[in-house]
Amino acid sequence: MIFARAERRALRAAGGIALGFVLAFVGVATVVLLSHADGAGAPLLDAYTWRVARFTLLQATLSTVLSILLAIPVARALARQRAFPGRVWLLRLSAVPLGLPALVAALGIVEIWGRQGVVNDLLRLAGLASPVSVYGLTGILIAHVFFNMPLAARLMLAALDRIPAEYWLTAANLGMGGGATFRLIEWPVIRRVIPGIAGLVFMLCAASFTIVLTLGGGPAATTIEVAIYQALRFDFDPPRAVLLAFLQIAVTASLLSLGTLLGRPPEEGMTAGRAIRRFDGRRRRPADALVLVLFTLFTAAPLAATVASGLAADFGRLALDPLLHRALVTSLAISFSSASLSLAIALPIVLVPPLAGAADSGTATRLMARALPAMGSLILLVPPVVVATGWFLVLRPFGETGRFAPAVITVINAMMALPFVVRVLEPAYRTHLARTARLALSLGVTGRHRLRWIDLPALRKPFLTAFAFAMALSLGDLGAVAIFGAEGFVTLPWLLFSRMASYRTADAAGIALVLGVLCLLLTLPSTAADRRRQGPADA
Amino acid sequence: MPDIAIRLSGVTVRFAEKQLSFDCAIPEGAAVAVAGPSGAGKSTLFNVIAGFETPATGSVTLLGKDMAGRDPADRPVSIVFQDNNLFAHLSVADNVGLGIDPSLRLDAAARQRVFAALSRVGLGGHERRLPGPLSGGERQRVALARALVRRRPILLLDEPFAALDPAMRAEMAKLLSELTAETGSTMLFITHQPEDIRRLAERVIFLEDGAIVLDEPAEDFLSRRAPPAVARFLGHGPV
Repeated sequence: MIFARAERRALRAAGGIALGFVLAFVGVATVVLLSHADGAGAPLLDAYTWRVARFTLLQATLSTVLSILLAIPVARALARQRAFPGRVWLLRLSAVPLGLPALVAALGIVEIWGRQGVVNDLLRLAGLASPVSVYGLTGILIAHVFFNMPLAARLMLAALDRIPAEYWLTAANLGMGGGATFRLIEWPVIRRVIPGIAGLVFMLCAASFTIVLTLGGGPAATTIEVAIYQALRFDFDPPRAVLLAFLQIAVTASLLSLGTLLGRPPEEGMTAGRAIRRFDGRRRRPADALVLVLFTLFTAAPLAATVASGLAADFGRLALDPLLHRALVTSLAISFSSASLSLAIALPIVLVPPLAGAADSGTATRLMARALPAMGSLILLVPPVVVATGWFLVLRPFGETGRFAPAVITVINAMMALPFVVRVLEPAYRTHLARTARLALSLGVTGRHRLRWIDLPALRKPFLTAFAFAMALSLGDLGAVAIFGAEGFVTLPWLLFSRMASYRTADAAGIALVLGVLCLLLTLPSTAADRRRQGPADA
Repeated sequence: MPDIAIRLSGVTVRFAEKQLSFDCAIPEGAAVAVAGPSGAGKSTLFNVIAGFETPATGSVTLLGKDMAGRDPADRPVSIVFQDNNLFAHLSVADNVGLGIDPSLRLDAAARQRVFAALSRVGLGGHERRLPGPLSGGERQRVALARALVRRRPILLLDEPFAALDPAMRAEMAKLLSELTAETGSTMLFITHQPEDIRRLAERVIFLEDGAIVLDEPAEDFLSRRAPPAVARFLGHGPV
């Protein structure tokens, strides 16, 4: 019994509202999709659809394999070299892609790997005639590796850092060489975390929209999500969009059930105990330095290119562009409201399940305690583009869909952020409850007062982290906007996308810099704090 | 007069906030207890001998050879820690086998040696098991079996009994003195228990504030009433 009676009533009501709202929002979209599926079917399951489905899985598989294979040497080098100038900055750099909007990253990658980019300049210098093309499968893979390889490397590094310090001393005392160290110590640990990481990366890549939209080349390199967008916005072919939407749900559903088999991605919490010292570090220094320099170049070059070409943009003119002002205001308003909504929906998801622990909790409470967390991940099953498609079809009969765009996009963005928000708040709240719940109840500090004096002060930091993450996610989102994008409704990513599409590259670079800096300002403080936290909450 | 197994002369180790210095000569075949308050430098002394720590000055001579520039694996030293001596994902036999070949390529004769060492420490039949389900005492005995097959003349034990209950401590001590008698190894062990000294040690090295303050036969040490740190250690003095 950790809540007063009135508190329990209020929480149950909040849970019911949140559940009803989200289910209705997704439900309406799905029902409308189903009703439009009339007449769709066999003739639409044509060669094109299959090719799109095949490519979706192919690029996701290759992206996952590449990200994991390349992350292993990076993680090993970082684990081995424990003290060199700039190690902390390298770790911070590896957290940057996570907080960067996909569109900004795509632009940076084109600057480096594109026809006019540094890589092709070097290749031409080396005497190679035919340049590497960044559009198509190659570009998609580069971008996905850019996003996911540093993430995989960080998660592997955390696993390697959890190896007991004595192992390294024993290995040095026994005289294990590099090969034996990998085979007997490192690989068994890495092998255990690979399924979880691979599941996560595959899921992210299979549902990748922006990267494929900007770097994919034509029908040969299109994923289901992008095909939905094209069917809806270019071919005006709702039945095909509906069919593709269901294909996408089928794919994510099977991936999610596969994911439960593979297990959750590993936590990043750090180990306590004896400080780790690696005696194989000295011998491997040149090789590790090479790996880490290549890693730094690969990760930092697109960022540097974004900054460099962004700074070269004509900011004086951009600053006076009324369209940019409107986009900025719209984006900030949408991201602020969607982050607020996301937190409001997340609260019952986090608060209600502990209610069900009480012996006298009713069936309804227990059902709700199970349904709410599942609801938090609903957007993984029904991706944003699919929900947006449903609502596009709902609202079309009511005239210009652009009018409703802000509301729908706000809700979709809030749901996109929900899994992250819950993952930040849930462990923090669980720890907080274990520390304070009984004491607060015995003192009679309940309801409003408990919220005011006990819960909010203690949970301010995870709240801010979750809010900032949700806001950044919404700020950088292109998927939902692309489906609804209309004259008179412009967000920053949409403006950036249309400037890129109309080859106004200088403007695009300037906008990308603004967007990238905004998102990093929101996400970097929390990822830096994440590394400092020494994980008692995760233990 | 036996030869000197371990000689530290003018060895200093510098850390950010303090400096440690070690001078000692330990005869071959001796069983030496290393004692002293927490933070006195006991583990650092072991790290210097094992090659995990490079001294700023002075020389480390093991069995008459200067150890400057020698990797931990190239020193005549085996080391056993309080915990985590065994790789949890490798079988007991593989953990011991690493003492013969660190890349674990073992022929039939090597396997035979592993089996013999395990039955010597009383763990015959446990070869294929993983370390996880074993008791703390059993895990320590596996680590001893590995030291046995490595055949290094110097054995360093960093609080080998700390995680064991009293009955197991006595058993381990008995096994250790038998093993060192058989192999003629020089053994140093860190301990916080006067009991372990009574059971096992011929000599005692006592450290305080980063220096060796006493190096004497065990019976002399055990009858001391001073200095205060020693009295506290032995449980005589005011706490």
